[in-house]
Amino acid sequence: MKTVPSLDSSALNNPEPALATPLPTVGAPKLVSKDLNFYYGAFQALHGISLSVHTNKVTALIGPSGCGKSTFLRTLNRMNETIRLTRIEGEILLDNENIFPMEVSHLRRRVGMVFQKSNPFPKSIFDNVAYGPRINGTARRSEMQETVERSLRRAAIWEEVKDKLHKSAFDLSGGQQQRLCIARALAVDPEVLLLDEPCSALDPIATAKIEELLFQLKDNCTIVIVTHNMQQAARVADFTGFFLLGRLIEFDTTKVIFKTPAKKETEDYITGRFG
Amino acid sequence: MLAMTGVFTFFTVGTLIFVLSYLFFKGGHDLNWDFFTKLPVPIGEVGGGMANAIVGSGKVLLLATLIGVPIGFLAGVYLSEYGGVTYSFVIRFTTDLLNGVPSIVIGIFAYTLIVLKTHHFSALAGGVALGIMMIPIALRSTEEFLRSVPVSLREGAMALGASKARTIATVVVPAAMRGIISGMMLNLARVAGETAPLLFTALNNQYWSPGWNQPIATLPVQIFTYAIAPYPDWHRQAWAAGFVLLALVLLVNITARTVIASGFSHKPR
Repeated sequence: MKTVPSLDSSALNNPEPALATPLPTVGAPKLVSKDLNFYYGAFQALHGISLSVHTNKVTALIGPSGCGKSTFLRTLNRMNETIRLTRIEGEILLDNENIFPMEVSHLRRRVGMVFQKSNPFPKSIFDNVAYGPRINGTARRSEMQETVERSLRRAAIWEEVKDKLHKSAFDLSGGQQQRLCIARALAVDPEVLLLDEPCSALDPIATAKIEELLFQLKDNCTIVIVTHNMQQAARVADFTGFFLLGRLIEFDTTKVIFKTPAKKETEDYITGRFG
Repeated sequence: MLAMTGVFTFFTVGTLIFVLSYLFFKGGHDLNWDFFTKLPVPIGEVGGGMANAIVGSGKVLLLATLIGVPIGFLAGVYLSEYGGVTYSFVIRFTTDLLNGVPSIVIGIFAYTLIVLKTHHFSALAGGVALGIMMIPIALRSTEEFLRSVPVSLREGAMALGASKARTIATVVVPAAMRGIISGMMLNLARVAGETAPLLFTALNNQYWSPGWNQPIATLPVQIFTYAIAPYPDWHRQAWAAGFVLLALVLLVNITARTVIASGFSHKPR
């Protein structure tokens, strides 16, 4: 009978990769995910995701379809809880506070979300933007006009809609509807804004408007954006994470990910060899 | 094949056109202002109208709506938004069974429940019978229209911090409101012509019926009573009443479908 070696040989062949260069320090991270696992029933969609989202920066999550980047994004405001038979393990910290014991409506007020397909409510433009402040009681009736205008201005759509605030939101074009949804999310002054492929249904001009908007927003908001479009990630993001098959393969500054990725999978994806 | 299916389609449409034109031909020329404003006159006298039956139908249907719509609506919300898989199956199944119960059996039920207890026929008993008949369709149409509201709208509201109840009340139900209202109207039009459950609940009345605790005249029962009587004058009145009833039901149907149609042109792009 062979004796078990005190050092497992496989451990010698695959040593834990030491972090080559420490990430640049940019103050305390806004959101930290620690060893996050996520399951849809028996299927494990996320495997031990650990990453930090830095304050007032844009973080992009890229990867092929079904890699878990949207699932991960939706755990950050606990949106996945609305789906039956899902289970989550690990921790997510918002300003060092675990989000899972928090009251969910309070969390979602702080962490806003914009969806892939614009989803204005069948109400007027004004009522769409006023919805969040109304249900959260964050703006008094007298301040509502001002809150709505400020939010529409921040979403760079005020000039286009100021004369038809009481018209149906469905009268707007696709790109305008998406910016309206951004305005609606901004109306409750979120600290973090999650965007789930916000431009996938938009033409290049509408996309450019939203990208420009993200630059302005990051002054007082932390942004996490999921995108299929690598050029978009390269244009807007300060940090980029690459997901593959439910794992975070690599996370670094956008420059490093696109210029000198450490992992072969990342390089293959970036250079378009697959996905 | 085309010819055969076409012929039978023509039969279907033709039947409606035939019924409509025959009713108009038979009942139309006996319609006059008195029909809508006067009470029935004793046998042998000419003239008179069915004002009491028209108002009576209105009262009974109002009561039925007050009973059937809230119950069906709230249960529909539960089924669409809260019901688990097993519960929903059971509720849907029993609702469909209730929908299939013959209307005369519902009449017996209301008779036992109210007429026997209060010792008299009444508008109340008639309203309860029709109200019960409205529940299944009210429930299923509410459920269908709520289900058709896209998940993205619910997520949009919840992502802003709205609770589930708040999301339902402020986004989901308003988005489905047109559909629900038109469903309720079609439902009302369907029970407006019910006769059997009213025969031994609301009974009939040759005079006005104040309040809710007395027998009351309704259009369908009045048509039934007049049609089987041996007086030609009453037959003419029955045709006229049939025409009025059908016209009202058609009007409600057309209004409801207009409401649905205008609602669906408002879909997001």
